[in-house]
Amino acid sequence: MSLYDWLLALHVLSAFAWVSALVLYSVILASAWGKSIPSDVARMFRVTKVGDALIGIGMIGTIVFGVWLALDEYEIWDGWIIAALVLWLAAAATGSRGGKHYNGVRDRANALVAEGRNEPSPELDAGLRSRRGLVLHSATVTLTVILLVIMIYKPGA
Amino acid sequence: MLAVIRPDDWNFPLLLHVLGASILLGALVTALTAQLLAWKRRDPADVIPFARLSYRTLLIGAIPAWFLMRIAGEWVASKGWNDVDPAPGWLGIGYITAEAGGLLILISTILAGIGARRLGRSNGEQGATLVRVATVLVVITTLAYVVATWAMSAKPD
Repeated sequence: MSLYDWLLALHVLSAFAWVSALVLYSVILASAWGKSIPSDVARMFRVTKVGDALIGIGMIGTIVFGVWLALDEYEIWDGWIIAALVLWLAAAATGSRGGKHYNGVRDRANALVAEGRNEPSPELDAGLRSRRGLVLHSATVTLTVILLVIMIYKPGA
Repeated sequence: MLAVIRPDDWNFPLLLHVLGASILLGALVTALTAQLLAWKRRDPADVIPFARLSYRTLLIGAIPAWFLMRIAGEWVASKGWNDVDPAPGWLGIGYITAEAGGLLILISTILAGIGARRLGRSNGEQGATLVRVATVLVVITTLAYVVATWAMSAKPD
């Protein structure tokens, strides 16, 4: 196997880690939807620790191995590579903001559980149903899918 | 050579194949995380929701994604790879892991579903063993798909 083969494999595995994290977050958001009891919400968010690790590996891996591949096999200023870099940055920005929003909900749920207050919380319900959180998460998923389309089609390559 | 110079009409089925495979891996990772959390805990208030989450993720996420990955994969193969003689080793790895993994996903979904139902009806007294067997099957399937992803992207001879 050549260096290109290894870089491509690591780049693709990183992309799979990234998409896996988004699938995990989507499942947890759907499962937590409508929940307002702090212990229920806190329980669901325990699963997201694995997503946090995967999104870190995925985003760092795609950019590092992707740029390496671009320098090795393509031109970094090719239109589709520049588009991919812009989409990567946009997805990182929306993902980071969405993550902060839902981490806030998780932390509030954990705090309520620690205080022994396990009655339904309208605050948690509002946080989970928040339009802002949903828009940010949906934007991250959409940007990732567009990025995948560009990676497959490589327009202009 | 086919992998290097890819005709444009392969792009759409390849996109669906990659999308299905990445969603499948994400669903497996999510189900596995919930199953491991269920395995670690003793309190039925934790075990039952995690067992249900893993079952629903396998049923609603992993099985449809497997079909998308498999059907789109066959579509790509029909555009040229099926005529290559002898078939490359990485293609064989893809076929074997897809077929065997599909069977394991089906079995683990059934076991996880029966286990989650028994856990719910007995308040955590029965069904844990079935969920644990499903967990082991999902671990094997997830590892096999990571190897398959590496093989399909690096295409080792």
